Amino acid sequence: MATPENKLAFDGGWGYAPAPESTDHIQVKKRYGLFINGEFVAPEKGSYFDTVNPATEEKLSRIADAGDADVDKAVAAAREAYRTTWGRMKPAERGKYIYRIARIIQERAREFSVIESLDGGKPIRESRDVDVPLAAAHFFYYAGWADKLQFAFPGRTAKPLGVAGQVIPWNFPLLMAAWKIAPALACGNTVVLKPAETTPLTALKLAEVCRDAGLPPGVVNIVTGAGATGAAIINHPGVDKVAFTGSTNVGRIIQKALAGTNKKYTLELGGKAANIVFADAAIDQAVEGIVNGIFFNQGHVCCAGSRLFVQESVADEVVSKLKDRMETLIVGDPLDKNTDIGAINSRMQLEKIESYLKIGKSEGGEMHQSACRVPKKGYWCRPTIFTGVSQSNRVVQEEIFGPVLAIQTFRRFDEAITKANNTPYGLSGGIWTDKGSKIFKMTQSVRAGVIWANTFNKFDPTSPFGGYKESGVGREGGLHGLDAYVKLGV
Amino acid sequence: MGLTAVNRKARLPDLSRVPAVDEVGVNERVARFQSRSIKKAAKVDALKLILSMIDLTTLEGQDTPGKVQQLCQKAIHLHDAMPGLPHVAAVCVYPTMVATAKEALSGHDINIASVATAFPSGMSTLSVKLDDTRMAVKAGATEIDMVISRGAFLSGDYRFVFDEIVAVKEACGDAHLKVILETGELGTLDRVRKASMLAMYAGADFIKTSTGKIQPAATMQVTLVMLQAIRDYYYETGRMVGMKPAGGISTSKLAIHYLVMLHETLGNAWMTPEWFRFGASSLANDVLMQLMKQSTGVYQSPDYFSKD
Repeated sequence: MATPENKLAFDGGWGYAPAPESTDHIQVKKRYGLFINGEFVAPEKGSYFDTVNPATEEKLSRIADAGDADVDKAVAAAREAYRTTWGRMKPAERGKYIYRIARIIQERAREFSVIESLDGGKPIRESRDVDVPLAAAHFFYYAGWADKLQFAFPGRTAKPLGVAGQVIPWNFPLLMAAWKIAPALACGNTVVLKPAETTPLTALKLAEVCRDAGLPPGVVNIVTGAGATGAAIINHPGVDKVAFTGSTNVGRIIQKALAGTNKKYTLELGGKAANIVFADAAIDQAVEGIVNGIFFNQGHVCCAGSRLFVQESVADEVVSKLKDRMETLIVGDPLDKNTDIGAINSRMQLEKIESYLKIGKSEGGEMHQSACRVPKKGYWCRPTIFTGVSQSNRVVQEEIFGPVLAIQTFRRFDEAITKANNTPYGLSGGIWTDKGSKIFKMTQSVRAGVIWANTFNKFDPTSPFGGYKESGVGREGGLHGLDAYVKLGV
Repeated sequence: MGLTAVNRKARLPDLSRVPAVDEVGVNERVARFQSRSIKKAAKVDALKLILSMIDLTTLEGQDTPGKVQQLCQKAIHLHDAMPGLPHVAAVCVYPTMVATAKEALSGHDINIASVATAFPSGMSTLSVKLDDTRMAVKAGATEIDMVISRGAFLSGDYRFVFDEIVAVKEACGDAHLKVILETGELGTLDRVRKASMLAMYAGADFIKTSTGKIQPAATMQVTLVMLQAIRDYYYETGRMVGMKPAGGISTSKLAIHYLVMLHETLGNAWMTPEWFRFGASSLANDVLMQLMKQSTGVYQSPDYFSKD
């Protein structure tokens, strides 16, 4: 075990020179209107809000704030497109458009990655290697289903629902747009989508892609704004289907609002995933998995492995290795290719995370942060772990949505499972062991939509994703993701 | 052979306590090191560090004093056209060539490493291996690169492998002992990790991946597992052990990836030729070419770099 005398030293010495990704090649307009019926239009009331770079607090662009009248226009355009073009189009033709969108995203991957990192604060390594390629992959995957729905639902007919109203969060702005738009279009629906107010840029760039792909006007409409705009979309009588990703609190409000309506809905909400490390695990790879589970995307991940359970016999070893590993994480400029952890998405989110750090300490938890320096301007949070906490503490119970890990120990398998399930959430989970039987036993006993074994935070368009309990309703991705966008008949 | 104070102290560790290794996870970690972007000053520093970590090697049946003398000249005069370059850490030769190397390198601060113990297969008796070692040390080797008995290791006779290393370490005297695991013959990363722990507890000053005679030779994957074993051993004992990947590292880019891996696994203390070596014959010229590119902005013809 590491003692103070034989600790590794990671500070000073050889360091990596700055390697910033260039921003010369991107095009961000000073002001963006709403993308309705195939063109950018000014909002009826003429109000705009700023979107800022969370790493520098500098303004990137002015974004239209859509009111009820704008949402009306967008829903009407979507309805018209559904009625006249998209809903009647041959499925194979629909597929061609979706393939085209996928290809254009690939072609403009570099621009999308840089803008995603500028607007959202995530490291360029992640937007370049995860967000953008996965977004393209979702369009490719669902393009393939467009003319094969009869095989997705054998013996039944799958009809589109009509207009889908979609509201997405700020943690994976482009990727969430892809998750929502791709299956909706493949099934023959049209879309009104609202990106999060702190990260609207890549959705607006995606609107440009739709236009450049020659998608008929009104098939995809992007309306920007805050919560009120989202509520207007969800409550709009012209919307047939609601898809929401965001917090459990807002999810509850939406579910109440939709009760008694004929709208179909999927909700992808919060999480507080258990990541369980058994003594027989490959410890060093488990440590990597813990890091990836909680520090990926600054911990702004609904399925983050934010509750770590380590078997007591290896707990000291795991925690000490984790602390050493945290020292090697590079926190800073999201555009630097070597950055591991970027900026917290917004001041509001940073304040929320910091309030949880206070709560954790006041509850008696022992807080440890890496020693890295963070820039003066911008919103930053060092990678943080809490030890000495328990299921009774708020930092263990509540979703923090930041780079903050709560670590607990356990002795026996059933104890780990009981604690893993002891949460209102049920989105994801992880298990680390060298023993296959333990993996199967765990996947059967943990109530969560995704369980990763000896890995974490792996996504693929072919795989369904969604929660149990208060983590949501319905599934997105894969074959299951089609179900949310069709009406099945015989 | 009587037991000495040294080998009575060495105890075979409980290898069942060595953590398992997950190959998929190792591959992912390695991919992360490879995606690091090393530019400008960081790159120049890395390239110079790499030069200083090279064990310039010739290990061929056709080696002659003439060939070894030429290699030693290269070790001394890496690229005199570029002032301020470090020299390589060592030359690495067969035991019969040590005397030649010693003479050729006299007056220079370059180590002489010699393979020993019936290199590369290690298929001989302990007494032959010890004689081989003593002969190389007597001829002037300051570092001994021994091979473990892979057959015994694979058949589970860890005690045999352990005792052999302990004995060779003793025969080394003041010479540093590098223990070659020949990871290409061990087959799994789990075995690499166990063999690393065994070698370190037996007294290895360095652990080394390969002889260069078996494919695959050094890979980033096995090197990472060995570095993690070095870290575990350091946690447990406080003793630093060096690492030498050997064979197959012939480009600057790959060597820089190894440095990144070292930097992020063991930290600064290991970032010196005292604790990390590259066993390589053709790496030096590629590093020199990259260094010239960094200072002049253009690539020069390979003909400007001496081949010995």
